[in-house]
Amino acid sequence: MATEHAVEHAPGEHAHPGPGEYIRIAVILAVVTAIEVGAYYLSALSHQALAAILLVMMVVKFSLVVLWFMHLRFDSRLFRRLFVTGIILALAVYAIAFSTLIFVRHT
Amino acid sequence: MADTAVVEHAEHYTATGLDNRKLAMWAFLGSECLLFGALISAYLLYRGRGIGTKPHNVYDIPYTSVSSFVLLMSSLTMVLALSALQRGYERKCRVWLTATAMLGVTFISGQVYEFTTFVHKGLSLTANPASSAFFVLTGFHGTHVTLGIIMLLSLVGLSLLGKIGPRNSLLVELVGLYWHFVDIVWIVIFTVVYLMPAPK
Repeated sequence: MATEHAVEHAPGEHAHPGPGEYIRIAVILAVVTAIEVGAYYLSALSHQALAAILLVMMVVKFSLVVLWFMHLRFDSRLFRRLFVTGIILALAVYAIAFSTLIFVRHT
Repeated sequence: MADTAVVEHAEHYTATGLDNRKLAMWAFLGSECLLFGALISAYLLYRGRGIGTKPHNVYDIPYTSVSSFVLLMSSLTMVLALSALQRGYERKCRVWLTATAMLGVTFISGQVYEFTTFVHKGLSLTANPASSAFFVLTGFHGTHVTLGIIMLLSLVGLSLLGKIGPRNSLLVELVGLYWHFVDIVWIVIFTVVYLMPAPK
Protein backbone atom coordinates (compact mmCIF):
# COMPACT_ATOMS: atom_id res chain seq x y z
CA MET A 1 0.00 0.00 0.00
CA ALA A 2 1.30 3.46 -0.85
CA THR A 3 2.26 5.83 1.92
CA GLU A 4 0.31 9.08 2.08
CA HIS A 5 2.57 12.09 2.51
CA ALA A 6 1.24 15.30 4.01
CA VAL A 7 3.31 18.09 2.46
CA GLU A 8 4.21 20.83 4.91
CA HIS A 9 3.24 24.22 3.46
CA ALA A 10 5.17 27.48 3.66
CA PRO A 11 3.49 30.59 5.17
CA GLY A 12 0.58 31.84 3.06
CA GLU A 13 0.25 28.53 1.19
CA HIS A 14 -2.78 26.21 1.25
CA ALA A 15 -3.24 22.53 0.40
CA HIS A 16 -3.37 21.75 -3.33
CA PRO A 17 -6.57 20.25 -4.79
CA GLY A 18 -6.96 16.56 -5.64
CA PRO A 19 -7.02 14.78 -9.04
CA GLY A 20 -10.82 15.08 -9.32
CA GLU A 21 -10.70 18.88 -9.28
CA TYR A 22 -7.85 18.91 -11.83
CA ILE A 23 -9.92 16.74 -14.18
CA ARG A 24 -12.93 19.08 -13.78
CA ILE A 25 -10.70 22.06 -14.70
CA ALA A 26 -9.36 20.16 -17.74
CA VAL A 27 -12.94 19.45 -18.92
CA ILE A 28 -13.78 23.18 -18.61
CA LEU A 29 -10.61 24.03 -20.58
CA ALA A 30 -11.57 21.57 -23.33
CA VAL A 31 -15.12 22.96 -23.52
CA VAL A 32 -13.91 26.59 -23.68
CA THR A 33 -11.45 25.64 -26.46
CA ALA A 34 -14.29 23.98 -28.40
CA ILE A 35 -16.43 27.15 -27.97
CA GLU A 36 -13.47 29.27 -29.16
CA VAL A 37 -13.09 27.23 -32.35
CA GLY A 38 -16.88 27.20 -32.84
CA ALA A 39 -17.01 31.00 -32.51
CA TYR A 40 -14.24 31.28 -35.15
CA TYR A 41 -16.53 29.55 -37.68
CA LEU A 42 -19.64 31.60 -36.80
CA SER A 43 -20.06 33.88 -39.81
CA ALA A 44 -22.83 35.87 -38.06
CA LEU A 45 -20.28 37.50 -35.71
CA SER A 46 -18.62 40.78 -36.63
CA HIS A 47 -14.81 40.98 -36.38
CA GLN A 48 -15.03 43.14 -33.25
CA ALA A 49 -17.50 40.77 -31.54
CA LEU A 50 -15.41 37.72 -32.44
CA ALA A 51 -12.21 39.39 -31.16
CA ALA A 52 -13.93 40.32 -27.87
CA ILE A 53 -15.35 36.80 -27.35
CA LEU A 54 -12.01 35.16 -28.15
CA LEU A 55 -10.11 37.47 -25.77
CA VAL A 56 -12.54 36.75 -22.91
CA MET A 57 -12.22 32.98 -23.43
CA MET A 58 -8.43 33.25 -23.69
CA VAL A 59 -8.32 35.05 -20.31
CA VAL A 60 -10.60 32.37 -18.78
CA LYS A 61 -8.33 29.53 -19.99
CA PHE A 62 -5.16 31.38 -19.00
CA SER A 63 -6.52 32.07 -15.50
CA LEU A 64 -7.71 28.49 -14.96
CA VAL A 65 -4.29 27.04 -15.80
CA VAL A 66 -2.39 29.63 -13.75
CA LEU A 67 -4.67 29.50 -10.70
CA TRP A 68 -5.30 25.74 -10.51
CA PHE A 69 -2.60 23.86 -12.43
CA MET A 70 0.20 26.27 -11.43
CA HIS A 71 -1.34 26.55 -7.94
CA LEU A 72 -1.19 30.37 -7.77
CA ARG A 73 -4.62 30.26 -6.08
CA PHE A 74 -3.15 28.16 -3.27
CA ASP A 75 0.49 29.32 -3.09
CA SER A 76 2.13 32.40 -1.60
CA ARG A 77 1.05 35.85 -2.82
CA LEU A 78 4.68 36.66 -3.57
CA PHE A 79 4.68 34.22 -6.50
CA ARG A 80 1.51 35.88 -7.82
CA ARG A 81 3.14 39.32 -7.60
CA LEU A 82 6.25 38.16 -9.48
CA PHE A 83 4.18 36.65 -12.29
CA VAL A 84 1.67 39.51 -12.56
CA THR A 85 4.58 41.99 -12.74
CA GLY A 86 5.90 40.06 -15.75
CA ILE A 87 2.49 40.15 -17.45
CA ILE A 88 2.06 43.89 -16.80
CA LEU A 89 5.53 44.59 -18.22
CA ALA A 90 4.73 42.43 -21.27
CA LEU A 91 1.50 44.40 -21.88
CA ALA A 92 3.48 47.63 -21.45
CA VAL A 93 5.95 46.45 -24.13
CA TYR A 94 3.05 45.94 -26.56
CA ALA A 95 1.45 49.29 -25.68
CA ILE A 96 4.75 51.15 -26.20
CA ALA A 97 5.54 49.35 -29.47
CA PHE A 98 2.00 49.95 -30.78
CA SER A 99 2.01 53.65 -29.77
CA THR A 100 5.43 54.13 -31.39
CA LEU A 101 4.19 52.57 -34.64
CA ILE A 102 1.11 54.84 -34.71
CA PHE A 103 3.33 57.86 -33.94
CA VAL A 104 5.77 56.95 -36.76
CA ARG A 105 2.89 56.47 -39.24
CA HIS A 106 1.48 59.94 -38.49
CA THR A 107 4.80 61.82 -38.78
CA MET B 1 -5.03 2.46 6.27
CA ALA B 2 -2.29 4.65 4.85
CA ASP B 3 0.49 5.95 7.05
CA THR B 4 1.09 9.68 7.14
CA ALA B 5 4.56 11.19 6.93
CA VAL B 6 5.45 14.85 7.08
CA VAL B 7 7.67 16.03 4.23
CA GLU B 8 9.91 18.98 5.01
CA HIS B 9 11.58 21.31 2.52
CA ALA B 10 13.24 23.40 5.22
CA GLU B 11 16.78 23.24 3.81
CA HIS B 12 16.03 25.72 1.00
CA TYR B 13 13.79 28.19 2.85
CA THR B 14 14.62 31.87 2.73
CA ALA B 15 13.73 34.78 5.03
CA THR B 16 10.36 34.91 3.22
CA GLY B 17 9.59 31.39 4.41
CA LEU B 18 9.41 30.24 0.78
CA ASP B 19 11.69 27.87 -1.09
CA ASN B 20 14.24 29.94 -3.02
CA ARG B 21 14.17 27.54 -6.00
CA LYS B 22 10.42 28.05 -6.44
CA LEU B 23 10.85 31.80 -6.01
CA ALA B 24 13.56 31.77 -8.70
CA MET B 25 11.30 29.76 -11.04
CA TRP B 26 8.46 32.29 -10.68
CA ALA B 27 10.89 35.19 -11.27
CA PHE B 28 12.15 33.36 -14.39
CA LEU B 29 8.57 32.81 -15.63
CA GLY B 30 7.83 36.50 -15.03
CA SER B 31 10.81 37.38 -17.23
CA GLU B 32 9.65 34.86 -19.86
CA CYS B 33 6.37 36.82 -20.06
CA LEU B 34 8.45 39.73 -21.33
CA LEU B 35 10.17 37.59 -23.98
CA PHE B 36 6.92 36.18 -25.33
CA GLY B 37 5.17 39.54 -24.87
CA ALA B 38 7.76 41.10 -27.19
CA LEU B 39 7.45 38.29 -29.76
CA ILE B 40 3.61 38.38 -29.75
CA SER B 41 3.73 42.20 -30.02
CA ALA B 42 6.06 41.91 -33.02
CA TYR B 43 3.65 39.49 -34.70
CA LEU B 44 0.62 41.71 -34.05
CA LEU B 45 2.42 44.76 -35.40
CA TYR B 46 3.68 43.00 -38.54
CA ARG B 47 0.94 40.50 -39.35
CA GLY B 48 -0.64 42.52 -42.16
CA ARG B 49 2.63 43.80 -43.60
CA GLY B 50 4.65 42.90 -46.67
CA ILE B 51 3.80 41.23 -49.94
CA GLY B 52 3.14 37.58 -50.79
CA THR B 53 1.61 34.82 -48.68
CA LYS B 54 0.71 35.88 -45.14
CA PRO B 55 0.44 33.43 -42.23
CA HIS B 56 -3.35 33.89 -41.87
CA ASN B 57 -3.82 32.81 -45.52
CA VAL B 58 -2.45 29.32 -44.83
CA TYR B 59 -3.68 28.43 -41.34
CA ASP B 60 -5.39 25.06 -40.90
CA ILE B 61 -7.57 25.85 -37.86
CA PRO B 62 -9.02 22.33 -37.29
CA TYR B 63 -5.48 20.88 -37.32
CA THR B 64 -4.08 23.54 -34.94
CA SER B 65 -7.14 23.15 -32.67
CA VAL B 66 -6.27 19.47 -32.17
CA SER B 67 -2.63 20.43 -31.43
CA SER B 68 -3.84 23.00 -28.89
CA PHE B 69 -6.08 20.39 -27.25
CA VAL B 70 -3.11 17.99 -27.00
CA LEU B 71 -0.96 20.62 -25.27
CA LEU B 72 -3.83 21.60 -22.97
CA MET B 73 -4.30 17.99 -21.89
CA SER B 74 -0.54 17.66 -21.28
CA SER B 75 -1.01 20.26 -18.52
CA LEU B 76 -3.56 17.94 -16.91
CA THR B 77 -1.20 14.93 -17.04
CA MET B 78 1.60 17.11 -15.62
CA VAL B 79 -0.43 18.24 -12.62
CA LEU B 80 -1.64 14.65 -12.08
CA ALA B 81 2.03 13.53 -12.01
CA LEU B 82 2.80 16.03 -9.25
CA SER B 83 -0.36 15.14 -7.34
CA ALA B 84 0.51 11.41 -7.52
CA LEU B 85 4.07 12.01 -6.29
CA GLN B 86 2.92 14.20 -3.39
CA ARG B 87 0.58 11.38 -2.33
CA GLY B 88 3.42 8.85 -2.50
CA TYR B 89 2.50 7.07 -5.75
CA GLU B 90 5.88 7.13 -7.53
CA ARG B 91 4.98 4.67 -10.29
CA LYS B 92 1.81 6.62 -11.16
CA CYS B 93 3.90 9.79 -11.24
CA ARG B 94 6.28 8.19 -13.79
CA VAL B 95 3.33 7.15 -15.96
CA TRP B 96 1.87 10.68 -15.96
CA LEU B 97 5.28 12.27 -16.60
CA THR B 98 5.82 9.94 -19.58
CA ALA B 99 2.30 10.74 -20.86
CA THR B 100 3.08 14.47 -20.59
CA ALA B 101 6.33 14.03 -22.53
CA MET B 102 4.53 11.99 -25.22
CA LEU B 103 1.81 14.63 -25.58
CA GLY B 104 4.59 17.22 -25.92
CA VAL B 105 6.25 15.12 -28.63
CA THR B 106 2.88 14.88 -30.44
CA PHE B 107 2.53 18.67 -30.29
CA ILE B 108 6.06 19.26 -31.61
CA SER B 109 5.62 16.69 -34.39
CA GLY B 110 2.43 18.52 -35.36
CA GLN B 111 4.29 21.83 -35.43
CA VAL B 112 7.05 20.40 -37.64
CA TYR B 113 4.39 19.08 -40.05
CA GLU B 114 2.59 22.46 -39.98
CA PHE B 115 5.80 24.39 -40.71
CA THR B 116 6.61 22.04 -43.61
CA THR B 117 3.12 22.54 -45.08
CA PHE B 118 3.40 26.31 -44.71
CA VAL B 119 6.79 26.38 -46.48
CA HIS B 120 5.29 24.38 -49.37
CA LYS B 121 2.52 27.00 -49.58
CA GLY B 122 5.10 29.79 -49.97
CA LEU B 123 5.37 30.98 -46.37
CA SER B 124 9.03 31.05 -45.35
CA LEU B 125 11.07 32.74 -42.62
CA THR B 126 12.21 35.49 -45.00
CA ALA B 127 9.08 35.80 -47.22
CA ASN B 128 7.78 38.97 -45.53
CA PRO B 129 7.77 40.66 -42.07
CA ALA B 130 4.53 38.86 -41.10
CA SER B 131 5.91 35.38 -41.83
CA SER B 132 9.22 36.20 -40.09
CA ALA B 133 7.34 37.29 -36.95
CA PHE B 134 5.15 34.17 -37.13
CA PHE B 135 8.04 31.69 -37.46
CA VAL B 136 10.16 33.40 -34.79
CA LEU B 137 7.25 33.42 -32.30
CA THR B 138 6.05 29.85 -32.88
CA GLY B 139 9.65 28.61 -33.29
CA PHE B 140 10.64 30.05 -29.90
CA HIS B 141 7.58 28.43 -28.35
CA GLY B 142 8.43 25.09 -29.99
CA THR B 143 11.99 25.34 -28.62
CA HIS B 144 10.56 25.85 -25.13
CA VAL B 145 8.30 22.80 -25.55
CA THR B 146 11.30 20.73 -26.70
CA LEU B 147 13.32 21.81 -23.63
CA GLY B 148 10.32 20.89 -21.49
CA ILE B 149 10.19 17.40 -23.04
CA ILE B 150 13.91 16.91 -22.27
CA MET B 151 13.30 17.97 -18.64
CA LEU B 152 10.29 15.63 -18.35
CA LEU B 153 12.23 12.65 -19.70
CA SER B 154 15.10 13.50 -17.31
CA LEU B 155 12.59 13.40 -14.44
CA VAL B 156 11.38 9.97 -15.58
CA GLY B 157 15.02 8.79 -15.65
CA LEU B 158 15.72 10.20 -12.16
CA SER B 159 12.54 8.57 -10.87
CA LEU B 160 13.60 5.19 -12.29
CA LEU B 161 16.94 5.61 -10.49
CA GLY B 162 15.00 6.22 -7.29
CA LYS B 163 16.21 9.82 -6.99
CA ILE B 164 12.72 11.36 -7.00
CA GLY B 165 10.17 10.74 -4.31
CA PRO B 166 7.59 12.57 -2.20
CA ARG B 167 10.43 14.12 -0.19
CA ASN B 168 11.79 16.03 -3.18
CA SER B 169 8.57 16.56 -5.14
CA LEU B 170 9.60 20.20 -5.60
CA LEU B 171 11.75 19.18 -8.58
CA VAL B 172 8.64 17.85 -10.35
CA GLU B 173 6.71 20.96 -9.28
CA LEU B 174 9.36 23.27 -10.81
CA VAL B 175 9.36 21.41 -14.14
CA GLY B 176 5.56 21.43 -13.92
CA LEU B 177 5.50 25.23 -13.54
CA TYR B 178 7.69 25.56 -16.65
CA TRP B 179 5.46 23.14 -18.58
CA HIS B 180 2.23 24.93 -17.60
CA PHE B 181 3.84 28.24 -18.60
CA VAL B 182 4.57 26.82 -22.06
CA ASP B 183 0.89 25.82 -22.19
CA ILE B 184 -0.44 29.27 -21.22
CA VAL B 185 1.82 30.90 -23.81
CA TRP B 186 0.22 28.61 -26.42
CA ILE B 187 -3.27 29.56 -25.14
CA VAL B 188 -2.40 33.18 -26.00
CA ILE B 189 -0.73 32.29 -29.33
CA PHE B 190 -3.65 30.10 -30.43
CA THR B 191 -6.17 32.88 -29.78
CA VAL B 192 -4.21 35.96 -30.81
CA VAL B 193 -2.23 34.52 -33.73
CA TYR B 194 -4.49 31.82 -35.17
CA LEU B 195 -8.11 32.67 -34.29
CA MET B 196 -8.16 36.46 -34.05
CA PRO B 197 -9.52 38.03 -37.26
CA ALA B 198 -6.71 39.31 -39.49
CA PRO B 199 -6.66 42.99 -40.54
CA LYS B 200 -8.08 43.70 -44.01
